[in-house]
Amino acid sequence: MLEVNGVIVRYGNRQILNQVDLHAENGKFVGIIGPNGSGKTTLVKTINNIIKPNAGSITVDGRSIDTMSSIEIAKNIAMVSQVISINFEFTVEDVVLMGRTPYIKGAETHEDMEIVQDAMKKTKILHLKDRFVTQLSGGELQKVIIARALAQNPKILLLDEPTSHLDITNQIDILNLVKDASRKGILVIAVMHDLNLAAYYCDKIYLLRDGDVISSGTPDEVLTPSNIKTTYNIDVEVINNQITNSLYVIPRLEPLGKKTQLSQRDIMSTFA
Amino acid sequence: MPKYSGSVRSVIIALAVILLIVVVSNTAIGTTNISPVLTAKIIYMGLLEWVRGTLSWTLSLMGIPFDGSALFNSISPDVTWTDGQEMIIMGIRLPRVLLAALVGAALATAGCSMQGLLKNPLADPYIIGMSSGAALGAAIGFTLLLPIQLISFIFATITIFVVYNISKVGGKVPVDTLLLAGIAISFFLSALTSFFLFFSESLHQIIYWMMGGFWNASWDKVKITLVIVFTGILLSYRHSWNLNVMLLGEEQAQSLGVNIESVKKQILVISALITAAAVSVSGIIGFVGLIIPHIMRNIIGPDHRGLLPASTLMGAIFLVLSDTFARTFPSKMQTVLESNDIMLFQVILERIGSLQGVDLPVGIVTALFGAPFFIYLLRKRRKSLYA
Repeated sequence: MLEVNGVIVRYGNRQILNQVDLHAENGKFVGIIGPNGSGKTTLVKTINNIIKPNAGSITVDGRSIDTMSSIEIAKNIAMVSQVISINFEFTVEDVVLMGRTPYIKGAETHEDMEIVQDAMKKTKILHLKDRFVTQLSGGELQKVIIARALAQNPKILLLDEPTSHLDITNQIDILNLVKDASRKGILVIAVMHDLNLAAYYCDKIYLLRDGDVISSGTPDEVLTPSNIKTTYNIDVEVINNQITNSLYVIPRLEPLGKKTQLSQRDIMSTFA
Repeated sequence: MPKYSGSVRSVIIALAVILLIVVVSNTAIGTTNISPVLTAKIIYMGLLEWVRGTLSWTLSLMGIPFDGSALFNSISPDVTWTDGQEMIIMGIRLPRVLLAALVGAALATAGCSMQGLLKNPLADPYIIGMSSGAALGAAIGFTLLLPIQLISFIFATITIFVVYNISKVGGKVPVDTLLLAGIAISFFLSALTSFFLFFSESLHQIIYWMMGGFWNASWDKVKITLVIVFTGILLSYRHSWNLNVMLLGEEQAQSLGVNIESVKKQILVISALITAAAVSVSGIIGFVGLIIPHIMRNIIGPDHRGLLPASTLMGAIFLVLSDTFARTFPSKMQTVLESNDIMLFQVILERIGSLQGVDLPVGIVTALFGAPFFIYLLRKRRKSLYA
């Protein structure tokens, strides 16, 4: 159970987060969406206590993270940021073991190693365990980072655009992994750019603009053409994608190289 | 914490054995010919006597009478050497070799920690101004006739304290600011040192000190350095896992529960102290702290749990070898007599051999051999060396 109440973050004179409230229960997949510069990354970093808010409170199961040590926070909250590459020749197993850092006192125990194995199994990277992380593809590396986060045994898993630089297969692979984690009781909070993936995976979505929560709720409630127009300033069509049974957002772009504009009916028929 | 693979462990054990062999065999090398076997016996005897002395002293403090002569006599070797030979080995050469080993260990460990902490392949123990601080201290010491070791140690420590506090921004110390502040302070202190040099009567002494060497090694210096360096090295090993985690980025490390500012501060203080201890007895010996960690990283990888101890041992080995070269390099006074039977003359010859201004400064040797080898490594490896 995570409660963010009235969080304000300022950099100098600029207000990045404006009294943000966010409430989420364990086992949910919460998406944070919004245009670039809307404060999404700042919000997840603040939840992780990497950025200290100027005002407001953040509590995990009723305990304020202000009163927790960095080790306690790491036992409760794990963060997966977008990792493009690691330049040092650590093995995959070593990097996943780093997830046990808050638990290790002196030497890692047998139990630590079991948790590491388990995390690698869940993320399907066990076969890579002795490979150097310098030799992995972007998708593999991102799975290693997620395995590391799972090895932290967190209650809350924060993801900051975990799939933006990956191909469609890896995006779906990774989001399925994360969805599994949320089904097993972890609260997932993910910053996402792809509105359609957000609509499909999220139980709840927060839409941010300039540090304000413009709208929050189920994908149906948040992903409306008018909300998207106010935040992203583009006209979209929102339809029900019957293949995935979730919303589908289509920007109303002028077809290139064609004189006539597609009617809404044409669009509907494409997806129906 | 030691969960490094079997191959890393064997590299470390091999390095430890090599260090022992290097210490003994290099103690055997010098103006007067003393065989390595005899040298080993003399050192062993010295060690036994020290153990016996310490043991009986400790026991007598506890009120237990102790007479271990029977035991110790049974494990002592027969004395087949002259007093002169013992004097040369135990009084002159061994402290010098041990001091070189300690300084090499200190510089390589500090360099390795700094490269990891600052995530900068150019980092070495001197990068944030410790050497310039120590040099200024030494220059002042020579000019005003103050104890050099103490004053250069104090100056090096003050320098780090100043650089650290200048770099502090809102309770944090950003790595880039730290590096830049260190360089700025270095330039400032070097200018002050040059200012002193300009007016100093002891120009030659100061310059010679700055080039680095062990000509004035003594058991007292070995003891003081041993305490500081040994403690510091063990304390830095405690942070090896944190250094690994921090290599992946400070924010990630923070989110994994590492208190990065505290780790940074501790590693900086520890490295500064062992470097200051090393510099204050040896002058400024370059290159050891820079290349040894790179060579070891090349061999055993970036995991500091193996990398730190391997660098410590290799630093010690490298500096003992370099110093042997420096002190046996044919110089102004040493060619008088090769093997003389007169004991007193032998000792005097050894003493003169290690007097200031006669040895080649070891700092010259480390860079002269280290730099080409390092360039060879850079060329041999296609990918980046710092990984």
